Amino acid sequence: MSESVETLVNREYKWGFVTDIEADTLPPGLNEDVIRAISAKKQEPAFLLEWRLKAYRGWLKMTEPHWPNVQYPSIDYQKIVYYSAPRTQKPLGSLDEVDPKIRETYDKLGIPLTEQKILSGVAVDAVFDSVSVGTTYKKHLAEMGIIFCSFSEAVREHPELVQKYLGTVVPGSDNFFAALNSAVFSDGSFVYVPKGVRCPMDLSTYFRINAQNTGQFERTLIIADEGASVSYLEGCTAPRRDENQLHAAVVELVALEGATIKYSTVQNWYAGDEDGKGGIYNFVTKRGKCAGPRAKISWTQVETGSAITWKYPSVILQGDDSVGEFYSVAVVNGRQQADTGTKMVHLGRNTRSTIVSKGISAGAGQNSYRGLVKVMPRADGARNYTQCDSMLIGNRCGAHTFPYIDVQNRTAAVEHEASTSKIGEDQIFYLKQRGLNTENAISMIVNGFCKEVFRELPMEFAVEAQKLLGISLEGSVG
Amino acid sequence: MAPLLEIKDLHASVGDKEILKGINLTVNAGEVHAIMGPNGSGKSTLAQVIAGHPAYTVTGGEIRYLDQDLTDMDPEERAQAGVFLAFQYPVEIPGVTNAYFLRSAYNEIRKARGLEEVDPIDFVDLLEEKLKVVEWGPDIMQRAVNSGFSGGEKKRNEILQMAVLEPKLALLDETDSGLDIDALRIVANGVNALKRPDNAYVVVTHYQRLLNHIVPDFVHVLADGQIVKSGGKELALELESKGYEWLTGVAEATAS
Ligand SMILES: Nc1ncnc2c1ncn2[C@@H]1O[C@H](COP(=O)(O)OP(=O)(O)O)[C@@H](O)[C@H]1O
Ligand SMILES: [Mg+2]
Repeated sequence: MSESVETLVNREYKWGFVTDIEADTLPPGLNEDVIRAISAKKQEPAFLLEWRLKAYRGWLKMTEPHWPNVQYPSIDYQKIVYYSAPRTQKPLGSLDEVDPKIRETYDKLGIPLTEQKILSGVAVDAVFDSVSVGTTYKKHLAEMGIIFCSFSEAVREHPELVQKYLGTVVPGSDNFFAALNSAVFSDGSFVYVPKGVRCPMDLSTYFRINAQNTGQFERTLIIADEGASVSYLEGCTAPRRDENQLHAAVVELVALEGATIKYSTVQNWYAGDEDGKGGIYNFVTKRGKCAGPRAKISWTQVETGSAITWKYPSVILQGDDSVGEFYSVAVVNGRQQADTGTKMVHLGRNTRSTIVSKGISAGAGQNSYRGLVKVMPRADGARNYTQCDSMLIGNRCGAHTFPYIDVQNRTAAVEHEASTSKIGEDQIFYLKQRGLNTENAISMIVNGFCKEVFRELPMEFAVEAQKLLGISLEGSVG
Repeated sequence: MAPLLEIKDLHASVGDKEILKGINLTVNAGEVHAIMGPNGSGKSTLAQVIAGHPAYTVTGGEIRYLDQDLTDMDPEERAQAGVFLAFQYPVEIPGVTNAYFLRSAYNEIRKARGLEEVDPIDFVDLLEEKLKVVEWGPDIMQRAVNSGFSGGEKKRNEILQMAVLEPKLALLDETDSGLDIDALRIVANGVNALKRPDNAYVVVTHYQRLLNHIVPDFVHVLADGQIVKSGGKELALELESKGYEWLTGVAEATAS
């Protein structure tokens, strides 16, 4: 490639700062006492402690799975800190009581915690290390019967809802990391939208890992009751540190009859340096259930960060005529690895699913799409459309596709399209010949490639995603 | 006034393979030059080297453009300075609309010249005028750049871009190949409409039929990396009837 391309330097990860705050931290290691301590700190009801312990006992019998197409040294679970909370004297009554240093951190990240920014119309829950530090806009939402709060608060204020839905989509025994999360999860977000209510604004959570050697195990539970609808946005960053940090979250979505949940993620955890040192291991279980007829769940994700990403946001299409969607952009550069995709499980009649996956590999990055489309015997008329496109930038990266299709009903129609392209010197030259510099040329080509996914994102998020993509690919052609 | 383009003893290679073997060419403002020659003789290479394609290394000689040394400049700097190449094989950019692409290019070039960027609404007005040059309606602007375009549409799109970017030096690489009569007329009319005393065209073509529409001031024959003959427009007619063999001594190569 031309010299001008080679001399482009990688921009620093600008979210990599550390906030110096006092934290209430449990010693590293995991056993039943640690779980009891977490549960006690959070003043949880007995059912939840029992649920955690059951998951923990199950987890002890499980082994860490190694089927994904990713490589990393084994994790020592006894070295991880399972609970770290910013120290506050009393429960937070209002936003003004949030530790100014945390406020500052979120300001740096551009997160609208302050009341003036709330006017921009996004309700935000921010999770700092393990606990939620403030949920904005709550009152306004409460008037409509919408509950949007931290998971801990939901446990305190709405234990019946938590008990009814927790683990109904991702059981405590689901998989190794989900079981670990079920045992030790510290906080996360909770949303309940009552019957027939359309949530008037996007709900948003920002996750931030700050403390050292801390695992982040959030638990998010979103329930849209009959005919309700909600759009939820999730963003994440972490400081740059030399050691790897584990992020093993669980997200459960429940859409009842006629309900719609749209879940969008822009994931930008620290990816490690160019030699692969440090970075987040993002091992996440995300699953939604269309529990009633005509329910709809749509996942949109833009994954640019993390050393290793391993996640398959999935939809169980139980209700007849329900709809599942998965739109994904996954970018790997440097030594990043991603094994991501989705599962669409068709149980009900005339259920429909759409999968659009865009994998971009640059540097020495390895990107795998892994998808399962499963049509069960009762799912007459089920339809799936899968489009899986890979783009390679440079010669050292890799793209891999693992589509699994399991159709047990003859009336089902499953369609799969795949393509692999390379950003060629000729494409870049064409744009340069029209006056664009290399960076703008690559950004234009890549954004064009991701268009079908970006247009699913809420406007502001889409702009942010485009910028992130540009930054994560800087200096990648050479 | 300095010539628009002055090429002296230009040598260029791909890897170890020398393709251009001492080209001399001077193009003044207001002129149209036609470059003809057998397939594989180096016509596209010459155009790409002038535009700065990184696959080619200039191993000798010089390319001066308005008294600047072009070989020192990045391709985008050359474009910003007014060099335009209509590609023999225009590239597809899926997912990027023609409108967005053209406006970005237009604004990059304006920025480089210290002019203000044009907003999308004003750009629509400007486009309306330019679309007339290639006899197109506005629909084409919402399609992805060259994606799924027919061969003829791609070539017309190159001319549209040229009309918007208003280059001083336009290199047209076989813009006429694969065009039907109508498309050929549209492309040729476009070029004629854009011709001005302060710009110049270098037109690579195999066919006299284009030169019936775009009348060249000079015709050059390129063979095996060198200009073996130059003349006026009548040279093209001679080539049409006699072929290239009398000039090159070899049968037309099959490679392109
Ligand atoms: N990028 C390239 N890599 C290798 N060989 C090339 C490249 N470009 C041109 N060539 C070779 O150089 C010679 C001239 O090609 P070209 O300039 O395309 O000729 P023309 O346009 O006159 O048909 C041909 O032999 C061609 O194969
Ligand atoms: Mg050619």
